[in-house]
Order: sequence, then structure tokens, then C-alpha cells
Amino acid sequence: MIFKKIAIAGMMTVLLGAGVAAAEKVKIGIAAEPYPPFASLEASGKWIGWEVEVIDAVCAAAKLDCVITPVAWDGIISSLTGQKIDAIMASMSITEERMKSIDFSNPYYNTPAVIVADKSSAIDATPKSLAGKVIGIQASTIHQTYANKYFKDAMEIRVYQTQDEANQDLVAGRIDATQADSIAMADFVGSDNGACCEIKGPVANDKAILGRGIGAGLRKGDDALRESLNAGIAAILANGIHAKITSKYFTASIYSE
Amino acid sequence: MEFILEILGLTKSVQLLSFNPPGWGGNLLRGLVNSMQIAAGAFGFGLVIGFFGAYGKLYGGAVVRDLLAIYTTVIRAVPELVLILLLYYVGTDLINQASQALGFGRIEISGVVAGIWVLGIVQGAYSTEVLRGAIQAIPTGQIEAARAFGMSPLMMMRRVTIPAMMAFATPGLANLWLIATKDTALLAIVGFSELTLETRQAAASTRSYFTFFLAAGGLYLIVTLFSGVVFGKIEKWARRGQPSLKGTGG
Amino acid sequence: MRTWHAWTQPHRIVLIGLFAGLVIWCAMALRWDWIPQYAPLAAEGLWRTIWILAATCVLGMLLAIPLGLAQAVGPWYLSAPARLFCTVIRGTPLLLQIWLLYYGLGSLFPQIPWIRSSELWPYLRQAWPYAVLALTFSYAGYEGEVMRGAFASVNKGQLEAANAFGMPRFTMFRRIWLPQAVRNVLPTLGGETILQLKATPLVATITVVELYSVSSRVRSDTFIVYEPLLLLAVFYMIIAGVIALIFRRLEMQVPER
Repeated sequence: MIFKKIAIAGMMTVLLGAGVAAAEKVKIGIAAEPYPPFASLEASGKWIGWEVEVIDAVCAAAKLDCVITPVAWDGIISSLTGQKIDAIMASMSITEERMKSIDFSNPYYNTPAVIVADKSSAIDATPKSLAGKVIGIQASTIHQTYANKYFKDAMEIRVYQTQDEANQDLVAGRIDATQADSIAMADFVGSDNGACCEIKGPVANDKAILGRGIGAGLRKGDDALRESLNAGIAAILANGIHAKITSKYFTASIYSE
Repeated sequence: MEFILEILGLTKSVQLLSFNPPGWGGNLLRGLVNSMQIAAGAFGFGLVIGFFGAYGKLYGGAVVRDLLAIYTTVIRAVPELVLILLLYYVGTDLINQASQALGFGRIEISGVVAGIWVLGIVQGAYSTEVLRGAIQAIPTGQIEAARAFGMSPLMMMRRVTIPAMMAFATPGLANLWLIATKDTALLAIVGFSELTLETRQAAASTRSYFTFFLAAGGLYLIVTLFSGVVFGKIEKWARRGQPSLKGTGG
Repeated sequence: MRTWHAWTQPHRIVLIGLFAGLVIWCAMALRWDWIPQYAPLAAEGLWRTIWILAATCVLGMLLAIPLGLAQAVGPWYLSAPARLFCTVIRGTPLLLQIWLLYYGLGSLFPQIPWIRSSELWPYLRQAWPYAVLALTFSYAGYEGEVMRGAFASVNKGQLEAANAFGMPRFTMFRRIWLPQAVRNVLPTLGGETILQLKATPLVATITVVELYSVSSRVRSDTFIVYEPLLLLAVFYMIIAGVIALIFRRLEMQVPER
């Protein structure tokens, strides 16, 4: 009898506590793996970078209480639909394929796709020059879809869990080239670590695969949050905060219509 | 001290590993604490499942035995990585849908709890087998004597079965604890903030892969060796009063 | 006759019926349209999983036998390093070992420029040699411990009799000690082989295309999460069942007292 009472009391507390815990915080998912200069981890455990600052600015403008939640990139869409996070702001491109499963906000920056290779190699961004070469790309990205479609003559397309690992293998010489977002790659080749390599050029555009900009991913039908985020993005674009954050990290604007 | 480090070329490594930022040592230790929390929780949860599973397999009806056999066979045949992904996404999805159907809104399941839930179910299958083997190894005379005395099943479990079973179960359980601590590394692939993920983040941010992976390996090794000592003491205590195993064949 | 009777008991028939119903529901309600497109890739992944498993078990066993022997009867300068190796391998997670070998060694390559023209370079470039090496070391570490117990468990009388017959030491090892030791631990070896099977998905994190990575590829291309994982689980159960059957066959060859 006592045991039953304790059990019921325990269950009530857990459920009430759970109800209270489901407060109004908006969980913004970012990739758990560092992606400089957009999101990287400091030794103190704090996330810094262009995208992190934009997330804070958009949430402030939209008056949302946001919590930055790192999630593995590979399962980030599953985390969104499984309600572990409420939005994805992890440099995810807006593509038709993804729009079948999730909604997107308006874009908040653009980055073309480029090929990066060793300075001494003769690779340029054409499929012909990549025939017989080893290309590295990050899993679950538009670059993987693009490479599988256009670089069929490559000797091997190696799939990494993070872009950083692909960069490391490029520096080590295990792969001949990698395809990734131009801004992150500009940061990479400009750093000490990427001194071996340079950007060879943008790949031929395929809007269906490469998408039309980077936007925030949202659950289908979550219109309220989408409108709030759109309002926030429009606000920081209008009042110059977007440009101010951009000027801290980059020399030119990274947003285009 | 610094002179020795300079000769060995380790100054940069020691700087990277120092406890306060910009050293990453604090991060690694925080990750280790997280790992140990998840491992301890999963081991405990697995033990609870293992008790019910062992009793079910030994004394339960035919249907219970079959269902438990399916449970242990599936968990022991499918790789942990696949199980973790399935249980993490499917399990938490179901819990959220159930709680929403009941009208409670979304339940916050923290990373540690989800990790304990997932690894605990995996540990439960192995625990079931270990505990079942240990209970079966108890001489039947002891159980019969307890029944003859009129002990209720609960009292028999508390005073006869569990103490007698501990001696046989401890080596297997020590092994399971080590498996639990190492399986927490797999949670790095799902993005949980534990030691292996912190190591990878630190290594990626500073490019010193060897330093951080070796440091993490050292931390896991320390945990393993320490656990070995602790479990050795537990086994000695569990075997108190019984003849030593030395000198018997193999 | 007895097993037939065991399978046709009423509760078993009900369970089998429920299971068949579950399978049929899965076949109809879940999405399986991706299978024809990815079947060749899945076959390649399956083949690679099986040959990596077989190769690492054989190589690992070859390494484990001297490790076990050194620990059982070796002088201190052989048994201590063997003990150290087994302790380190068994005390650290396999994932960490794999990453240490692949990314740790890879981070050293830029500092050794002449390595790109060496004979080994084609092997150092690809991922599968590192996978095979890491899995071999792991298997050898665990089996070294198992073989230590196995060698110690063989009846000393057998070895003394062989010595009395004047058998050379290697012949005694080959004809008496090793076969008896292996027979004693055959069930354990079967269990360890299944554990090795469960360890193979980890090499997908260093870009080796095996069975698990195919399911990741399906997920990233089509955003279908559960069905590939379920099918993957079924595949692994079948392979584990085959391994268990093989080892049971081997155990039946051992004459019981």
C-alpha cells in the first residue's frame, strides 16, 4: 500500500517536473563538430563564430529565448523531426530534396560550392579534371549529392563525418580534392593548416542540388517559429547588425538576394 | 620540470592539456565525468533489467522465456552503433509522441538520460545472461533448504540467492562495467558530449590529434585499471568464506 | 522430432503468428522503394564487411597465439610487453584506437614530404589498411588474453608425455598444445568473433564503405531513417547466426568426454 503511494507520488513528480521543464525555450541546433569560421569551440566550452553571433542576433530581434544545442550533423534533420531541437541553423542549404521533409526560413547567407586542392595540382572545378582522382566530401551535404551526380569518373568519392576530417586528409595527401562551401574553405586555405592548398574554382551551378542559400531548418507546419525567425532575419539585415557581424569575420558581404 | 618537458618536446602538449582555458584539459575532464555518469547509469539500469530478465528466464512462463530469449539474442547480435541509433531516434520519438498523446506536451530528455536509456537496454541483455548463469551456479541444496524453512520468495532472494550469486556474477559484471565505459565512446557518433567527442572537438580545433587521442586513451586506461582494482576487492568480499580458486584446474 | 514438437507448442505458434504479422505490416506500411537503387552498393558493403571480419579474425588470431603463449610461459621480457599490449587494447575504446591510427598518423604525413613517393603510399592513402590494422590489433588484444587462459588450461600431463616421447618443442606445440588450447576455448572464440562483427561498423567513421555506411548513405540521400537501420539490423542478425552455426559445427567436432 505504502509502496503504491510512493510510486504514484514519484510518477506525478516526474510528470509535473517534465511538464514544467517543457518551457518556452527555443532550441537552435548547430553541428557538434567545429566548422570555422561559422561555429567553433573554445577551450572554455563556449561556441563562437559568425553563425553563433547571427543566431544570438536573430533571436534577440525576434524576442525568442534561444538555447544553442550542438547535435551531430549526420542526424540533425532526424533530431529536428524528433523534436529534440526546434530549428537548425548549421549552415544548411535550402534544397528541394530537403524541403520534402522540413521547412526553411528565408536565407541568411549565400555560399557557392568550390573545389579545393593542392596548390601544385592541375585540378580545376570541371568533372573532366577530377576523373581518376580521389575526392573527399562531408556526409549528408549538398556536396555529396552533387559529387555523386557529376563526378562519376572520379576514382573514389570518400565520405567523411565532418568537413574538418576531409580537410585534414587533404593536407595529409590522402585525397586529391574536396568540395565544400566557399566561405569555410576560404577560411581553411587562409589558415596555417591549409597553407598547402588553394581554392580551384566554383563548380558548375545546379540550383536544384546546390540550393538557393543557407536558411534555418524548421519542422513542417511550424509556421509560427518560421515567421518569427523570418522577422528576426529581416530585422538584422535591415538595421545593419548582419553587416556588422560579417565585417568582423569577412572582407565582403556574404548575403545576396 | 619545464626543462625535462622541453627535452622531450612535450611543452606544447602539456600546454594544450592544462586545466584552464586556453588549455583543453578541463574540457576533457568534464567529458570524462559525463562518460562516467552515463556508464554508471547504464550499468545500473542494465543490472535492474538483468535481474528481472534472469528471474524471468529461470522462473517465468514459456511466453516470458521466449520473449526474453528474443530480446537477448537481438541485442547480442546487432552492433551497438545500430542499436544506439535505433533506440535514440525511435525511442525518444515514441516517448515524445506518447507524452503528447497523453496531453503532457514535450518531455525534455537530456543527453545523459537518453544515453543511459540506450546503453542500459544494451547492457540489460548481457546482464540477463551473466546473472542467469550466476543464479544457476548456486547449489540447489541451498535453495531447497530455504524453501524448507518456509522463506517467502522475496526473503529467499534477499538472504540466499543474491549473496550466493554475487561470487559467481562479479567477474562477468566487472567485464560488463568495462564494456559500459567503452561503449560510451560510441555516443560520440550521435553527438553526446562525452570524452571521445570532446577529444575530437579539441583535436580538430587545435590540430594536435596525437596529443588529445593519447590523452583520452590514457584517461580511459586509468578508469579501466582503477575499476579492475575496485572489482577485485568486490570479488574478494563476495567470495568471503569460500575456498580460494587457486590451484584448481584452469 | 523433438525440435518439431518444441516449435509447435501453442504459445510458440501464437508468437510466430504475431511475428509474421509484424513482418507483413512492416513490408506494407514502411517505405522500401529505395532498395533496388541501393542494392549494388549494399552488396559491395556486405562483401567488404565479411572480408574485413574474416581477415581481421585470422590475422588477429595469428597475433594472439604468440601473445597468449608469451604471457602463459614466456620470460619476463616477452610476457611483460604482451601483457602491456593486451591491457592497453582492452582498456581503451576501439573507436579511439581507430581514430588514433587514422587521423593521428595522418596528421604526421605533412611533416614527412618524402612519404608521398614511397612504395607504401598507395596503402597509406586509403582507409581500409588502417581499418584492418586497428581491428586486427583489437582482436589480438582480446584473444591474447583468452589464449593465455587457454594455454594455461591444457593438462600439464599431456605436455610432459610429449616431452617423454622426445617430440621436438615445435611439434609438441603444433600437435598437442595448440589444438587442445583452441578446443578448450572454442565457445569463447565464437562469442568473440560475433563481437568483432559488431565492431566492424565503427570503421565507417574513417570512410570505409561497409554495410553500415550504406545505410548512412541512404539516410543522407533520401532522409529515410528507420527502414535502412531495421534492414541493417536484420542483416547483422543473419550474419551473426551464420557465425554461430559455423562455430557450433566446429565445436561438434571436438570429442566430448
